[in-house]
Amino acid sequence: MCRLFAVTSSDPLSPMVALRAIDVMKEGHDGSGTGMFMTDLAGDFENFKTEPILSGTFTNEGVKSLDQFMTECDFLVKHELSIRPKKQPPPGTPKRDYYLIRVYEYPPAWKDLSAAEIQFRMMMIRLQLRRMGEEDGSMMIFSFWPDVIMIKEVGDPMAIADYLGLDRKELQARAMLAQGRQNTNYAINIYACHPFFIQGMATMTNGENTAFVPIREFLTSRGFPGYIGYQSDSEVFTHILHYTVNHLALGLSMYKHVITPLMDEELTRHPDGQWLRMLKQACRPLIIDGPNCVMGCLPDKTLFMVQDSKKLRPGVAGGHPGMYAFSSEMCGLDATIPARDKNRDFQPMKYDTVIVGPERREVEIWNQWDALHHSH
Amino acid sequence: MEPVGCLTPFTLSVKDLPWIILWDKEKCTLCGRCTAVCPVRAIELGVHRKRAISVSVGLEEKPSNLFTVYHGIDQRTDPVHACVGCGMCNLVCPNNCIIPSHNEEIDKLRFHNNVGGVPRRRGGRRNVPGVILDQIKFIRISMLTDPALDAGRHEFELRTLLGRILPPEEMVRVTQENGWTPPVREIYPLIIGSMSFGALSPNMWEGLQMGVAYLNEELGMPVRMCTGEGGCPPRLLRSRFLKYVILQIASGYFGWDEIIHALPEMKEDPCAIEIKYGQGAKPGDGGLLMWYKVNKLIAAIRGVPVGVSLPSPPTHQTKYSIEESVAKMIQSMYMGWGFRVPVYPKISGTSTALAVLNNLTRNQYAAALSIDGEDGGTGAAYNVSMDHMGHPIASNLRDAYLNLVKLGKQNEIPLFAAGGVGKSGNLAANAAALIMLGASGVQTGKHLMQAAAGCLGSESDRCNICNIGICPKGITSQDPRVDRRLDPEKVAERVVEVFLSFDTELKKIVAPLGRSTSLPIGMSDAIGIADHHAAERLSIRYVV
Repeated sequence: MCRLFAVTSSDPLSPMVALRAIDVMKEGHDGSGTGMFMTDLAGDFENFKTEPILSGTFTNEGVKSLDQFMTECDFLVKHELSIRPKKQPPPGTPKRDYYLIRVYEYPPAWKDLSAAEIQFRMMMIRLQLRRMGEEDGSMMIFSFWPDVIMIKEVGDPMAIADYLGLDRKELQARAMLAQGRQNTNYAINIYACHPFFIQGMATMTNGENTAFVPIREFLTSRGFPGYIGYQSDSEVFTHILHYTVNHLALGLSMYKHVITPLMDEELTRHPDGQWLRMLKQACRPLIIDGPNCVMGCLPDKTLFMVQDSKKLRPGVAGGHPGMYAFSSEMCGLDATIPARDKNRDFQPMKYDTVIVGPERREVEIWNQWDALHHSH
Repeated sequence: MEPVGCLTPFTLSVKDLPWIILWDKEKCTLCGRCTAVCPVRAIELGVHRKRAISVSVGLEEKPSNLFTVYHGIDQRTDPVHACVGCGMCNLVCPNNCIIPSHNEEIDKLRFHNNVGGVPRRRGGRRNVPGVILDQIKFIRISMLTDPALDAGRHEFELRTLLGRILPPEEMVRVTQENGWTPPVREIYPLIIGSMSFGALSPNMWEGLQMGVAYLNEELGMPVRMCTGEGGCPPRLLRSRFLKYVILQIASGYFGWDEIIHALPEMKEDPCAIEIKYGQGAKPGDGGLLMWYKVNKLIAAIRGVPVGVSLPSPPTHQTKYSIEESVAKMIQSMYMGWGFRVPVYPKISGTSTALAVLNNLTRNQYAAALSIDGEDGGTGAAYNVSMDHMGHPIASNLRDAYLNLVKLGKQNEIPLFAAGGVGKSGNLAANAAALIMLGASGVQTGKHLMQAAAGCLGSESDRCNICNIGICPKGITSQDPRVDRRLDPEKVAERVVEVFLSFDTELKKIVAPLGRSTSLPIGMSDAIGIADHHAAERLSIRYVV
């Protein structure tokens, strides 16, 4: 079982905050993988809020291919944080030439494009680079999006942090997702490492997705090029969120209704039961069957946590105005925000979605039995 | 050799028949029940003269003949009266002195069952035991990382949908615009397949209906039953129980005059309308109710004269082009009930199923597609159709599902699979296998006749005389003297028992796979088979 930690704070935090929280939950992961999603960036990246940032690992040849490709696409490098590890990698971690975090300037030809078109093109560039990397093993691309940095590697979180020097001051963010992986397959594929990313949103999951195959088939048959990958059965949770928010234009609160809808009998008692029933029917192949705890972040920096309806995976939310965190275990929360009112900690149950908005004022608990807000 | 009269080409001995009656003279009480009950009069009372040689001691008297007479059973050997192996003689025998035994040799009757130039017709299923679904195993057992669920105590929702389901984007748009959304029924994934009033006896039909009503109203299981092409009794049409019924319309349109006249008086909409274009047992052939079974009651419900055979045409003949016919029939049926009732076609398993399916994907009203594979049962069909025509359901259904996946419409048109589900008694395992191959639900008929009413028919060609109205159990007969053997209340009880046990078994299959909140439609990673070619064909895992 993996361990998850998500934190959002008005004051910028080092990624070490999240990784230390993962470390105190060490009993629950085996150091087979570490993944970070950072957004609402501070430090050196504070000045580049709108330009796309590419995150990935590269061989020397990979960097050359990247340069050539991005030049052909008319992207200019604006800022870069490249990590070229000097020391020997920790046991189990493969040696890589580069860990790159690069800010690009948009091609001039994109100037008049709509926001949606720009977002689509950024995704397509990420996918194209990913395909190039898959062909020759020269690169792995985690994200290409403004105000987002992702780091993934095989190994124990603290060892990786030390190896890559993640405590550097130029690397800071106000919202982060981190996962310590408990690997269930021997051939560790970095693309199977959480969090998963698509068009500004990311999720990570604790658990196993028993309904994976029909969900994957449904997503891949939507005709949307971003719904690929699936080296991990958990990647579908990110894509379902994307589908709900971007394609169906439904809010975050509907994510819960899509992945774990109320039972037929319960819907007869819900104030919006009739519409929810139709949503449940239309999205039937997206129903997850758990056990899963999903934590994620939306492009507007809203953090959320949701449980599957069986509630077989732990998760707790807590903090104080200005700083909140979600953690698989209480100890992760205690280590990060010890000075909080623990009485107000909240463990979401089968009907709950926990949300902390970008203003970080409170933990909003949204229950599936609540009436809906939208205008149908 | 004693002269035996004239030998004809079809003069057969008992040895040439598929079933040989074994009779024990010592135990027989000559009660006559066996000869009375035999549906095909294969046995008759025989008076046998027996010669013995009487030899006295000494030489005074010469040995002489001693003639005695004993009474017993004779098995008739003419093709029309050949034993069908139903075993009713054994059932009624107080001393268990008579039993039909399957001939160890391939019978010769099969060369003579076309007397009068009429090929053999019968009821039942394709005479090949077993079905590939039996070989499918459920291999994705949840272990430590995703604990298996408790089939007995966990909360399950194993329902399915019957109806055209809008794609999510379209659903959101239509509801925002207050547009029309197609009717969708939330039903139990095991449907009682189409067996007509006429093919089944009134008692059997009533028993099924009562069982269905009990399952719905007392146990909360939304089980549905399809009428088949025989109409629906007028009282049922006007009752609240109609909502549990799927009305079938087929190429003979039997019973639809009555249905249309009842429309203004219906208290409830039917669950759905099934348009039959084909069935698994006799693909490409129309329905067949032979004249033996068309009595006054059946004739009245179907709107036909008494005592005439009712062969439906192979397809609906009312339109010039079949695509147009499908579209117009679906639309007309929707209009009949004010667009509140799902309408879907049922076809035989066929290598052309994808053409039908692709057509339906473009028809916004098509509510589902039901495919009936080669192992489907029937009340009457030509033997050649049953044994040699049709497509197995597993690969047909899988192809259809994967085709929908390719189109992205796997949730929009639910697929229902039929034909041999539960043929070997493995109802839940077969159904679960089909669901994981992509079916939204399954239909079964023959299994219920066997489990709920004690049908004796088998794929060893036992009994299978449903077509001529003399079902010895009263299940498919239309003769009140035979029908009364079947108690509808008992049938209803058994229907309930079958569904309850099915439900438990289905949970025992899905719970260890970690599934409980939705039916595992298309969960093909959960199944495997120890046949490499089958695994490849079905795109599932090969396991040995």
